Amino acid sequence: MSNDIRLEKSIQLSHGGGGQEMNHLIKSLFFKAFDNPLLCREEDAAALQLTGQCAFTTDAFTVSPLFFAGGNIGKLAIAGTVNDLAMMGAKPEYLSASFIIEEGFAYRDLSVIVQTMADELAKSGAKIVCGDTKVVPRGCADGIFITTTGVGHIQHAGISAHHVADGDAIIVSRDIGRHGAAILMGREGLTLESELTSDCATLWPAVKTLIDAGLDIHALRDATRGGLSAVLNEWSRASEMGIAINEADIPVADEVRGLCELFGFEPYDLANEGTFILALPAAQASQAVSLLRSINCSANASVIGHACREHNGKVILNSPWGSSRYLDVPQGELLPRIC
Amino acid sequence: MLELKSLYEGFRDPQTIRQLAADIRTEAAALDEQICIMEVCGGHTHTIMKYGLPQLLPDNIEFIHGPGCPVCIMPKERIDHAAALASQPNVILVTLGDMIRVPGSHGSLAQFRAKGCDIRPIYDPLDTLKIAQENPDKTVVFFAIGFETSTPMTAVLLAQAEAMGINNLQFHINHVLVPPAIDAVMADEPVRVNAFIGPSHVSVITGAKIYQHAVDTYHTPVVVAGFEPVDVMESILQIVRQKAAGKAELEIQYSRAVTMDGNLTAQALVERYFEVRPEFRWRGLGPIAHSALQLKAAFAYRDAEKCFADILPTAEIQDHKACQCGDILRGHAKPKDCRVFGRGCTPQTPLGSCMVSSEGACNAYFRYSMTPVATPAASSQHASQGAVDEQ
Repeated sequence: MSNDIRLEKSIQLSHGGGGQEMNHLIKSLFFKAFDNPLLCREEDAAALQLTGQCAFTTDAFTVSPLFFAGGNIGKLAIAGTVNDLAMMGAKPEYLSASFIIEEGFAYRDLSVIVQTMADELAKSGAKIVCGDTKVVPRGCADGIFITTTGVGHIQHAGISAHHVADGDAIIVSRDIGRHGAAILMGREGLTLESELTSDCATLWPAVKTLIDAGLDIHALRDATRGGLSAVLNEWSRASEMGIAINEADIPVADEVRGLCELFGFEPYDLANEGTFILALPAAQASQAVSLLRSINCSANASVIGHACREHNGKVILNSPWGSSRYLDVPQGELLPRIC
Repeated sequence: MLELKSLYEGFRDPQTIRQLAADIRTEAAALDEQICIMEVCGGHTHTIMKYGLPQLLPDNIEFIHGPGCPVCIMPKERIDHAAALASQPNVILVTLGDMIRVPGSHGSLAQFRAKGCDIRPIYDPLDTLKIAQENPDKTVVFFAIGFETSTPMTAVLLAQAEAMGINNLQFHINHVLVPPAIDAVMADEPVRVNAFIGPSHVSVITGAKIYQHAVDTYHTPVVVAGFEPVDVMESILQIVRQKAAGKAELEIQYSRAVTMDGNLTAQALVERYFEVRPEFRWRGLGPIAHSALQLKAAFAYRDAEKCFADILPTAEIQDHKACQCGDILRGHAKPKDCRVFGRGCTPQTPLGSCMVSSEGACNAYFRYSMTPVATPAASSQHASQGAVDEQ
């Protein structure tokens, strides 16, 4: 048997066995991509300097297909955890990464995923300082699962779903529903005339811009699973506020809207991976929008509504033709309509 | 290739909707009768609630929600059939969308899936071919549901299976027909319905002609309508104008896709494989003669109801006593008249299928409006302030 695992084209059970093959995989792939002194010390745990108020978060990532228009599971695994920190006003600093890989997974695909993770880390300056690799027999996992945990110092205290206040402007950082729609198109192999890509992105630069400008951010949340509907409903319940939004002001890409028509979904319910919602005093709304629009990933930021004392705990969607309805949280699995 | 934008562009124009609302209010003011419009299809119920259309209409126009949701009208024993099939060793049950959430007498298909049954919801019936090809040692059963719209897709699936020699694919057919359901609604005294909005997607296949019988028999206007808010509002205006002129006619609002005769190729394909059943029991409406389809005898080897006859339960299963889906499907009650609506029955814990299906009336009311929707005519201040009533 050759000792040169570079000749092997797929991940074997031995890559998770703790021996030579695993050591080689970690050194040649993970350490090379995530290179930093804390990681390369190879201690049982990374020794960190943490003082002051920190945010700490973890997330597990599983997605089908693993590679989609605009990203892959690796990009999600970094952007997702970094964004969770950013949404607490925390600068993402240290991450762990844990990989559960199915036996037979293509080494080339793993390399692409890991390199994407490294590229995405560079956007916030965060580092992977510890990690783990497990290989499970074929059939026990869907290709690869990644879990990332992150910690960072809070730069703007007091951001909370409970702090949405009467009169706050509600701002969305960009058009909604792109990630959910891109995954749907990838999964179902739809042949549609579209260049739709996921919005998957690291949001810390945008959040940092808002913090540096001294804006009084009350609430921030990336609209991941459950989409815009879930975030707004969480905020309205947590803050005991009503939230009234105007349908005409919510940016939605034509492709996303069309796909929703095809499947009977609403863009408000679709997942995002690079879109956040912001609540802050109405007087600061135009400055916030202007700042966000200067950044690539939030170029079409918009004020979509406001918090109010009416309809506490509910989200009201006003149509452009004069009717209104509740915008409820999505229910259960997103399943397409039948006819 | 499909240009996605064309699916909706122009049919949600605020100015057009406002103008249609104004025209309806003006012309309906001259009427001295209440117009009770049954939108037969759950898709229309969804449009009406989602876009808040009742808020734009005068008090003398009322929507009565019809039985046209393929999930809602499925009696429990048919769900039990699906569960029994899925519980067989070496059977893969394939079905569409919401069907997996509907409670049978022993749980929903989603619950059976969680217990280990191989149940696969799909987006496109033709996906079933691939599943059958990839599992040659298993029997794949397509649990086919839907009205005239969906039947041709099942026929295409069967035709492809025949052509490709895929012999491990069977069908459990639950395709139902709109006209007999309209007859059942109108036969169920007291009837308040005096106009219909017909589902356009059904008529894309069948043609609008299938509603002529209802127009002639019940002297009610029938307008075949699209599913966008402009479509529905325009259809209502057409009904109001018929009423004002004392007419009862069949009209096609959705002329961009519907003709009087429909898609003759699709009709021929359905005719090749299917025949009308003597009777089918509808949830809420009970047994209706000649209201559903079954496979022709020549295709008995693909008919799961025949091939698995020994294991399929035969008893009729009644709905939960507190559930009023039956009254709602017959147009006798609105979702909020049901005493368990939003309390014991929610989308997460549905007692009845009208709450399960995204095309169900209860689900639409729960999702979009926690209060009765029949608000007075919309006024301009609705544009900027919420017009949703308090719970």
